[in-house]
Amino acid sequence: MEFWVNQTFNGVSYAALLFLLGGGLTLIFGVMKIVNIAHGSFYLVGGYLGVALVAATGNFYLALLGAALAVAAGGVILERVFLRAVEGDDLRQMLLTMGIALFFQDACLLVWGGDPFNLRGPAYFAQSVKLGGFTFPILRLFMIAAAGVLFVVLWWFQEKTRAGAMVRAAIDNAEMTEALGINVPILKMAVFGLGAFLAGVAGVVGSAFMGIYPGLDFEILPYAFVVVIVGGMGSLSGAFVAALVLGLLDNFGKALFPEISYFTLFAPMAIVLAFRPTGLFGRA
Amino acid sequence: MDVAATRAPMRLVTGLAVALVILAGLAPVLPSYVVILMTEGLIYAIAAASLDLLLGFAGLASLGHSAFFAVGAYTTAILVTRHQASFGAALAASIVLAAVASAAIAILVLRATGIYFMMITLAVSLCAWGLAYRWVSLTGGDTGIVGIPRPRVPWVGLASGTLSFYYTVLALFVVCLALYLLLIWSPFGKTLVGIRDSESRMRVLGYNVFLHKAVALVVAGAFAGLAGSLYAYYNGFVGPSAVDLAHSMQFVLMVIVGGPGTLVGPLIGAFAITFLEKMVSVFTERWVMVLAAAYVVTALWAPRGMLGLLRAAR
Repeated sequence: MEFWVNQTFNGVSYAALLFLLGGGLTLIFGVMKIVNIAHGSFYLVGGYLGVALVAATGNFYLALLGAALAVAAGGVILERVFLRAVEGDDLRQMLLTMGIALFFQDACLLVWGGDPFNLRGPAYFAQSVKLGGFTFPILRLFMIAAAGVLFVVLWWFQEKTRAGAMVRAAIDNAEMTEALGINVPILKMAVFGLGAFLAGVAGVVGSAFMGIYPGLDFEILPYAFVVVIVGGMGSLSGAFVAALVLGLLDNFGKALFPEISYFTLFAPMAIVLAFRPTGLFGRA
Repeated sequence: MDVAATRAPMRLVTGLAVALVILAGLAPVLPSYVVILMTEGLIYAIAAASLDLLLGFAGLASLGHSAFFAVGAYTTAILVTRHQASFGAALAASIVLAAVASAAIAILVLRATGIYFMMITLAVSLCAWGLAYRWVSLTGGDTGIVGIPRPRVPWVGLASGTLSFYYTVLALFVVCLALYLLLIWSPFGKTLVGIRDSESRMRVLGYNVFLHKAVALVVAGAFAGLAGSLYAYYNGFVGPSAVDLAHSMQFVLMVIVGGPGTLVGPLIGAFAITFLEKMVSVFTERWVMVLAAAYVVTALWAPRGMLGLLRAAR
């Protein structure tokens, strides 16, 4: 019993991290239709900046906000300067994001070196809450709360606001949206920034959870991509459900069959692609 | 029109034949480290050209090609180190298993097109990396599989020397090159180009688009498996780095740097990137930075590669 409760809780908290990561990627894919290989780099840079800001300010929440905003600003600049120059060509955009990813990989190695860092959160992150005989670490509860709040805010924004409706329109048909007089280029820039912001949040939260080290950018990328593909490319609710499914599967997979735990990533994707090529919540 | 169409392949064949004679004739007088690099260049050229069949000719921008390269490399590594397989057996098994893996993946990924296809093939290769990394009992995990000896080749004997192994790879390269040329000149190759240019038109004309794409993926996967097998012999070691993202993308970069859809371009691209890496590494530790610049420059200013730039200049 304890095993199942603990593993389920761990899975859900891992899912929270996956949602932060995949949610940003799915928004970027939805509106811009690009394969953003640099998404893992946003996570990595966010994590390292978070470590540096915690050391500088001593405040975890300030560091979280500062690092995520810095990554978002970087994303906006990258979109504006580089990605826009090759708009409409899938391969060139993909090559560009790969170049950006390699640049940040090496730049982070240059600045922060090869040693792993642990991001020190507030002291109470190390404590846990006891409830009905089970213990729940506060850090994991915080991850779940952060992802939950961000999902609700993003969902409300996308479904209930005018700007959100524009985003939905651009996901369905960017050309038609532009023809209706909506400024799609600005929209794309904003969405890329928002996606980068979410990845930056994931980076800081993830660093408090499992540390940060060189190579983590490409290590977490499979999870981000599978969340997007299983959920349906461009669907926020899809990413939410997919993150939950994959977080739980991955956690139980690692606990029960550690050797083939990546099958828990590959198998759901293969099954979804075989029966629903557009993903759980995707529209063709 | 007809004259030009028949003359162009003749010029291509002459050019390739001259290049092959130079590659074969120069090797004995070159320093051995250059020959070692040329061996690596040839292996990557086989892989890059197989990706060009997909990316350049069939319009299938697969970002997961390293998965099949890795199937070949791991198959050879496992068969040779644990079961003492012969060169021929390891090569054949690598090709067959890579083709089978490719067929299985083809069924999954071919329901998507365009940017969705790119996204899904990338995810497949990322998962393949994860399997290589975690499936320790099969792949050795992060330590990989070490101690793969050079092959014992028919008529040559043990190809342990730099030159004998180079000529073994060169011979297989020539075979692959001939097959590639036959493939792109065949009706099948022409149909792939037709599908690349307009899928709906080919469908209306009665071609089985899915089947053509699937066969293209399987054939390209088989060649990538062969290249992977040679890589295992060449490197003596196979680890997850053979299937990581940077490796997968490097094939794409080789194809585009040379010129997609030209067959010759990717061969040049493979040599260019291989030599660039070794030469840059002599001067600086920041090879990754230079590689990043290569991606950005290619994306911004040379999306049709070196051959594309040449053609535009003419």
